[in-house]
Amino acid sequence: MQFIRPFSVLLSVLASLALAGAAHAADLATLVGNLASGGLSEREAAITALAASGDERAAPILEALGAGQLYTRTSDKLVVIGKTDGNRLALTEAVSGKPAGNAVEADLERVRVNNRLRGTIEAAVGSLTLMSPNARTRLSAADALFKRRDATALAALDQALAAEKDPRIKRAMSEARAAIVLATADSPPAQKLAAIALVRERGDRDSLGILKTVAAASDGEVKTAATAGADSIEQTLAAWQMVQNVWYGISLGSVLLLAAIGLAITFGTMGVINMAHGEMVMLGAYTTFVVQEVIRTSAPHLFDVSLVIALPLAFLVSGAIGILIERTIIRFLYGRPLDTLLATWGLSLVLQQAVRSIFGSSNREVGAPSWMSGTFQLGQLNITYGRLWIVVFALVVFVALILLLRKTPLGLYMRAVTQNRPMASAVGIRTPRVDALTFGLGSGIAGLAGVALSQIDNVSPNLGQGYIIDSFMVVVFGGVGNLFGTLIGALTLGVVNKFLEPYAGAVLGKILVLVFIIMFIQRRPRGLFALKGRSVE
Amino acid sequence: MITRFLWQGMDRNLRLCVLLILAVGIALPLANLILAATNPAHVPSWVLQLFGKYLCYALLALAVDLVWGFCGILSLGHGAFFALGGYCMGMYLMRQIGTRGVYGNPILPDFMVFLNYKELPWFWHGFDHFWFAAIMVVLVPSVLAFALGWFAFRSRVTGVYLSIITQAMTFALMLAFFRNDMGLGGNNGLTDFKDILGYSVQASETRAALFFASAVALALGLIISAAVVSSRFGKALTAVRDAESRMRFLGYRVEGFKLFVFVLSAAMAGVAGALYVPQVGIINPGEFAPGNSIEAVLWVAVGGRGTLVGPIIGAVLVNFGKTWLTGALPEVWLFALGALFIVVTLLLPKGIVGLWGQMKNRSQARKARAPA
Repeated sequence: MQFIRPFSVLLSVLASLALAGAAHAADLATLVGNLASGGLSEREAAITALAASGDERAAPILEALGAGQLYTRTSDKLVVIGKTDGNRLALTEAVSGKPAGNAVEADLERVRVNNRLRGTIEAAVGSLTLMSPNARTRLSAADALFKRRDATALAALDQALAAEKDPRIKRAMSEARAAIVLATADSPPAQKLAAIALVRERGDRDSLGILKTVAAASDGEVKTAATAGADSIEQTLAAWQMVQNVWYGISLGSVLLLAAIGLAITFGTMGVINMAHGEMVMLGAYTTFVVQEVIRTSAPHLFDVSLVIALPLAFLVSGAIGILIERTIIRFLYGRPLDTLLATWGLSLVLQQAVRSIFGSSNREVGAPSWMSGTFQLGQLNITYGRLWIVVFALVVFVALILLLRKTPLGLYMRAVTQNRPMASAVGIRTPRVDALTFGLGSGIAGLAGVALSQIDNVSPNLGQGYIIDSFMVVVFGGVGNLFGTLIGALTLGVVNKFLEPYAGAVLGKILVLVFIIMFIQRRPRGLFALKGRSVE
Repeated sequence: MITRFLWQGMDRNLRLCVLLILAVGIALPLANLILAATNPAHVPSWVLQLFGKYLCYALLALAVDLVWGFCGILSLGHGAFFALGGYCMGMYLMRQIGTRGVYGNPILPDFMVFLNYKELPWFWHGFDHFWFAAIMVVLVPSVLAFALGWFAFRSRVTGVYLSIITQAMTFALMLAFFRNDMGLGGNNGLTDFKDILGYSVQASETRAALFFASAVALALGLIISAAVVSSRFGKALTAVRDAESRMRFLGYRVEGFKLFVFVLSAAMAGVAGALYVPQVGIINPGEFAPGNSIEAVLWVAVGGRGTLVGPIIGAVLVNFGKTWLTGALPEVWLFALGALFIVVTLLLPKGIVGLWGQMKNRSQARKARAPA
């Protein structure tokens, strides 16, 4: 063992020398050859040498070695990387990366590693990737190093740091360096203080962990600095947690807004309790499903715009069914809100069963287009694109609806009928037609909500049931006949719900919100923003 | 004096109806117990159990009718009172299992042993006595109804708002009872009952007795409702239903009337639930589902709201239809139920009893016209 160490040093010196030379590939081949032959100690030396070579082609070879995919072919002693392909292994030449046919495992000899070697390999890959020409690889290598705090990588890190041009990666590397400095017990206090300042600035959960460990393990100035750093990070994190909760709350609120806003129109302006509103949402979701099915079978390249195609269709389907319902059932029940409630409940059962008979009772798969999947980072906040789009969509629908009510003739008629039905009728507005269109509009918007909800909820015949009570709560809480009330009601309930969840759990939080609303309605029976008027009943 | 008060409330038809219920309550169990299985008049046990269930539903429907038909309060949360009564009875039955559970713990029911409870939660104490459970069956739903009604009626929450509140209440209770740490069995609920008052719940004699008890409870509910409705108080109640503001201007304290009838109705629903649980052998949070409460409202609507016999007829008919259809054509049941809701509200606002009354009036009118 002892005489091997100098040998390995010699090898790395040789390798570094070779780095400067032109015969690059040949040396890689030698080193890889050393890797495959000889005992474990030679193997370790070769790994270190490969790491020192800084050759980017070495990284995949070392990774394959670590994963147990590096083999020597028995017939010609060629070192190959074997990836499972059926019950044979597809081979690629390790040095050149050219395909080398395939073989069964019996014709190959695996290059064995033990746990100690795996550690060395990991560090070697880490330092190799630090030098990679690909910026993203370098960044993730630096981040990985920050989490691993591997003292042996310090030299490679310093080297990489000196060569690095990109300020962001440079910063990540210095943070990783700081973490390593802090993890090494005998680094000088001045260095440690500088490192603490760096880590403190990073300010995420890992940094907090590092500073806490340092604060516990050291004393004097370093301890004070680390404790202060940890405290400040904790405060920032708490603030981010708050922001996170608000974002989740807004996200939930926008879903509630989508589900409730159609109801706010039918209930708020017509006074019709539509218990089948949830089923209109469900129909919208199933329309999305059908659109996607058609696209999958006949025009797969259109998949990314499937939701855009589904939106108008869902609006039309739900809206048409809404108008049909209004003309055949609800118009006979005006002035009898409790009967409307029962009849529409019956209708919701019929619609659910109809969908169950046609599509089956199991959940249907609705896919997300590529622009709706994935996440991005905003400070310490993870935001999924899907949720973001739903928030945007809810706001767009809301604004469009406000414009429709304020700027179009139909909106004018609708408001007139809401405020004074007999007078509206007397000045020549065809109230029955306005009623039908209003109901159709409310149902159509429910259909739009269904398109959005198909992205975050199971598309099943029961989809609507889960939202109907929440939607009513939103409308009643916000105040009937006032769309801004609905907006504020939805967002408030969403945020309150999400703030209660960490303390009370999801279910209890929901129960508390329900109880809160029940109490609230006692205090203000007409909701937050009640329409002012003098009518008694 | 009380008996006179109760008896006065009933006209000839209602007396007949009460007698009929009692007669069924005696005849069916006897036909089950005494007649041999080969006898064509023998009533099989499952029929007895089924009709026992219908009787409990009928009592629930009567309770809904009392608030909706006579006071205009559409409660979409009566299933909650029903289920609460059921849970009180279920807790008594759980305590009667004793060491016969799977884990053989003399104090803790099986699910508590399974969830690592060390001791009985405070609200379980007392439920080993039947009298205590019996009081709770009435008290728990009444107190909830009182609390909700006190706030709601005082702040004049009426109409659909009240319906939505009651629906939110039963929904919140459902979510709460689904929680395991509620200490009431989570989503499995309470089941595996063994004894009631020392008799096995499975024995046909016990079933017969339970059937009889349900019939008596229904008859009593009918008598009490009739007395309330036909008294001066009942007249005021109907007036509140038809013109609440006018009653208020006339100096009546409307909320008092509403509160009384709401609490009475909740207590009746609780009793119905308590009788229901030993007959079906299980109570779980699904009973709180808002759909159940709305279905109970449908029974009333089908039978005829604002009549006392209507809800009983409606409950039995609709549930008989449900049993038959879910067995024969399961997919059709929800279509039929939904269509029933629509047809009844559109075409039969007074239900079956109202239809019958209309036809009678028409034939009388025809008779009156004939001689002229």
